[in-house]
Amino acid sequence: MTEKKFKFTIDDQEIEASEGQTIMQAADDAGIYIPRLCDVEGLRHQGSCRVCTVTANGRTTASCTQPAEEGLEVENENEELLNYRRDLVRMLFHEGNHLCPICEASGNCELQAMAYRLSITQPTKFPYLQPVRSLDASHKDIALDTNRCIRCGRCIRASQDVDGKGVFGYVGRGINRRVGVNGDNLADTDAEISDVAIAPETCPVGCIIRKGIGFSKPIGKREFDLSIIGDQPPGGSDD
Amino acid sequence: MTEVVQKKRIATASLAGCFGCHMSILDIDERILELIKVVEFDRSPLNDLKKFTKRCDVGLIEGGCCNEENVHVLQEFRQNCDVLIAVGQCAIMGGLPVMRNSIMHSDDPLKECFDEAYISSPYIQNLNHQIPNDPALPLILDSVYSCVEVVKIDYQIPGCPPNGDMLWSTLTALLNGTPESLPRELIKYD
Ligand code: SF4
Ligand code: SF4
Ligand code: SF4
Ligand code: FES
Repeated sequence: MTEKKFKFTIDDQEIEASEGQTIMQAADDAGIYIPRLCDVEGLRHQGSCRVCTVTANGRTTASCTQPAEEGLEVENENEELLNYRRDLVRMLFHEGNHLCPICEASGNCELQAMAYRLSITQPTKFPYLQPVRSLDASHKDIALDTNRCIRCGRCIRASQDVDGKGVFGYVGRGINRRVGVNGDNLADTDAEISDVAIAPETCPVGCIIRKGIGFSKPIGKREFDLSIIGDQPPGGSDD
Repeated sequence: MTEVVQKKRIATASLAGCFGCHMSILDIDERILELIKVVEFDRSPLNDLKKFTKRCDVGLIEGGCCNEENVHVLQEFRQNCDVLIAVGQCAIMGGLPVMRNSIMHSDDPLKECFDEAYISSPYIQNLNHQIPNDPALPLILDSVYSCVEVVKIDYQIPGCPPNGDMLWSTLTALLNGTPESLPRELIKYD
């Protein structure tokens, strides 16, 4: 297939892109990491978390949905973008109940890893909302602790588009938007442990829990205990 | 002319914490000898000094506030320390005790917490089914509060507990007047 190729820049570095690629896909191919949470290889783009915000010709945009264009000048690493990303990630922590010391995802969690990457350590003005959210342990193999859900929709897209099931879906609006299941509880749905929606790569946080295996790898030896998220070259584009 | 090293004064307190963060201070191992050359401990459970003897340069706080005594101690630390540091997840965001605020799914989480701790749990022996309420006991707060919700906090050192290296790097940076951001490999929330 002959794809039309063109060039644009990210932080003054010239990179090549093919038509139809997003800024993020072209960056991945060029070995440039743009932080992300709702976008993941193998699933359609949603563009909701905005952690991938870059500026393209001076305007902020979500790089996971914005198409790359010939001659576009993209900025990915600067103080302003770093602070946007920090605030977005902080708000996710403050909006849910993230008690990392008791979370079995700790060390494998992309939200936490992103906070480490962005060096989030200092006090903020954001209040902890401490919402009351449900815990669903009805299913024999799977539990859902929605206290940790960041509403990235990865499970929704995986269940609909890959598993062809629609186990998960959004319910409610605005700050009350949450992820619900297609039934009274998870045991009431056709969710199975082999679903892609349930695979460890799908949920970036510790909301979808595969029962009985959480501590098979000890804390301290997990993926993001050992490396900074995004520092390994991302494995090609996600199309 | 002999140079007099003006030692920095450090005070520490454990509020609604498990003492793990204090134990972690000891995990700086033999570096504690270097530390002691440049700092002097004021009020701290490490030396059992219960009152401030002088104004301090640095206050380290472990744990958030779950009772009124925690709040008083925290306020005293703020008044007596130039720089106040929240050490560990409990001080930073409430930590494990904060579970009682919302995760218990109760309209009255405090009552449910007491019931579970003193009455309904199958593992307790409390024959008269009383919840302790001696006036000498500090009043329990409606919720668990992080330090930053009660006083101004200047720095935070995350972790549960932050490991010795993390504490060492932050403290030495601070004592040298360069509290720049930490190497991100050291940042851990667990
Ligand atoms: S989901 Fe991630 S950020 Fe949230 S508590 Fe678990 S490890 Fe921490
Ligand atoms: S359950 Fe996990 S994958 Fe699904 S929306 Fe929440 S955080 Fe995202
Ligand atoms: S942060 Fe962890 S180690 Fe420190 S007091 Fe709280 S529970 Fe203990
Ligand atoms: S990764 Fe682009 S909006 Fe979430």
